[in-house]
Amino acid sequence: MTKKILILLFILIPIKANALIEVDITRGNLNPLPLAVSPLSIDEESRKGFEKILKKENIGSEISNIVENNLRTSGLFNPLDKKAFLQAPDIANLKPRFEDWNLIKAQALITGKVNYVDDKLRVEFRLWDVLAAKEMMALAFTTVPNNWRRVGHIISDKVYERLTGEKGYFDTRIIYVSEEGPKTQRIKKLAIMDQDGANNKFLTLGNELVLTPRFNPASQMVTYLSYFKNMPRVYLLDIETGTQEVVGDFPGMTFAPRFSPDGKKIIMSFAKDGKSDIYTMDLENRIVEKITNHPSIDTSPSYSPDGKYITFNSDRSGYQQIYVMKNDGSDVKRISFGNGLYGTPVWSPRGDLIAFTKLHKGKFYIGVMRTDGSGERLLTENYYQEAPSWSPNGRVLIFYRETKTNSKGEGFSAKLWSIDLTGYNERQIKTPTDASDPSWSSLLSN
Amino acid sequence: MRLNKILKNTLLVLTACLVLSACATKKEVATDIQGQMQGDVYTGTDTVEYLADGVPDRVFFATNESILTTASRETLRAQAAWLRKNPSINVVLEGHADERGTREYNLALGERRANAAKDYLMTYGISSDRITVLSYGKERPVDSGSNPLAWSKNRRSVTVKAN
Repeated sequence: MTKKILILLFILIPIKANALIEVDITRGNLNPLPLAVSPLSIDEESRKGFEKILKKENIGSEISNIVENNLRTSGLFNPLDKKAFLQAPDIANLKPRFEDWNLIKAQALITGKVNYVDDKLRVEFRLWDVLAAKEMMALAFTTVPNNWRRVGHIISDKVYERLTGEKGYFDTRIIYVSEEGPKTQRIKKLAIMDQDGANNKFLTLGNELVLTPRFNPASQMVTYLSYFKNMPRVYLLDIETGTQEVVGDFPGMTFAPRFSPDGKKIIMSFAKDGKSDIYTMDLENRIVEKITNHPSIDTSPSYSPDGKYITFNSDRSGYQQIYVMKNDGSDVKRISFGNGLYGTPVWSPRGDLIAFTKLHKGKFYIGVMRTDGSGERLLTENYYQEAPSWSPNGRVLIFYRETKTNSKGEGFSAKLWSIDLTGYNERQIKTPTDASDPSWSSLLSN
Repeated sequence: MRLNKILKNTLLVLTACLVLSACATKKEVATDIQGQMQGDVYTGTDTVEYLADGVPDRVFFATNESILTTASRETLRAQAAWLRKNPSINVVLEGHADERGTREYNLALGERRANAAKDYLMTYGISSDRITVLSYGKERPVDSGSNPLAWSKNRRSVTVKAN
């Protein structure tokens, strides 16, 4: 792992009109790009209008706080302290005095305006290149006032995309398992929240054990494992309507579900007579197909983004290792050959990497390898951690970590963490309760 | 040269002594556990309950294994005899794993362990109709400790009356 930085400043001659600042996100970033997020300006009438509906004193500042927080947690940007800003928000949005922003060392500037128009929230924002003294982007949108947090996320995504050249991941949600109670009798509920931890909501009551929820990449559907009536089965849940149904009619435990990239199939394991094999079920015609057939444990399947391949873990070699096969189950190849046990392979949405959990000499690692098993890179080591899930742009992994208990068996906790593919920017994601099994949604808007 | 060799040997002996004494202290801790574990299979009784007099309700496994030990087979033969005497009783075999593995693999491993117990009961004449297998993976440990002894208690298949 090279510990190099990497904000690259490309000044291009105006052939390619606006590409001025660029942030390289392919390597660890020790020098985040300094930028200024000027609060979105708002006229008094609009301010009062929103205060009435949203109970927020100044919605313009609230939205820019979301943008600032998103950009900071990405690890690629360093939003500067507002107290140092010399120019008022409304004037900055019209025409920034670049010398002033340059003085506080901002390389990019975000300005904007919020209006209350026909009971709607209208937001415009601009991204400026301070050094080149140019506007890089200007956008406006109108939505219902309740969507104000999403407006902040969408602005963040646009800025991220403009400056890094890749799609963002801020207008997304995380589904996970909320955990409470003693380790021997954990109560688990499905929960969902925005990527930044806001709008946390519980989706089940905790009456039965639930595990491993996963988003459909193509819609707001979720698949998960529930012990409803003490029968562990894979379920499908529509998070908008709350309707759920059991997937397939299997005479035993189904588990480890995931969607195919087009969202039309569920792939999962079915355990019977001491062996677990991988199956798919087509959600339209309900046809079930058996994909692996081996006396070993084959589980944790995950499709490649083009749907042509499947990665999974199996103990057919004697120990848990990672394999790749064609989507019909043919051409099975083992790809993990390092020391230790390998599990929970997940194919990156970019297609080039597989993230995994590794157990070696009593430590757990989250790592990535190429899809042929080469180039293994361990990102983080801990007492216990597993179950990585990719951000939709394939740049960040979210996973969960459990603590070791003391000699009395006390002090157990489970928390969500994220880390950049570079191995930098590791951070805990705050949740109201303990948490595990996170799954990242696709971008809600594009 | 010779002296050098002697010195080297002394050093080796010294190091060996150091290593041994380190081992010795470790061993003392280990003997505590020793009475309750063989290899890494739990042989103690603190978590065991009884289905009837002399019929323990559970068997234990080595890490990542689902092979039945001699002691486990003895327990299961006692369970089979008890089930033959009580033909109206059905059972659920609950398979479990320790916390040192990924969740999904552990679900499969729990199922495999409970099935090992089921197969053995069947060879002693218990009909598969009377047995349901249920895996909890690592979700329901009996001991919340993060140490080898706690893990050995948690790697188990428990026979529970279903009616």
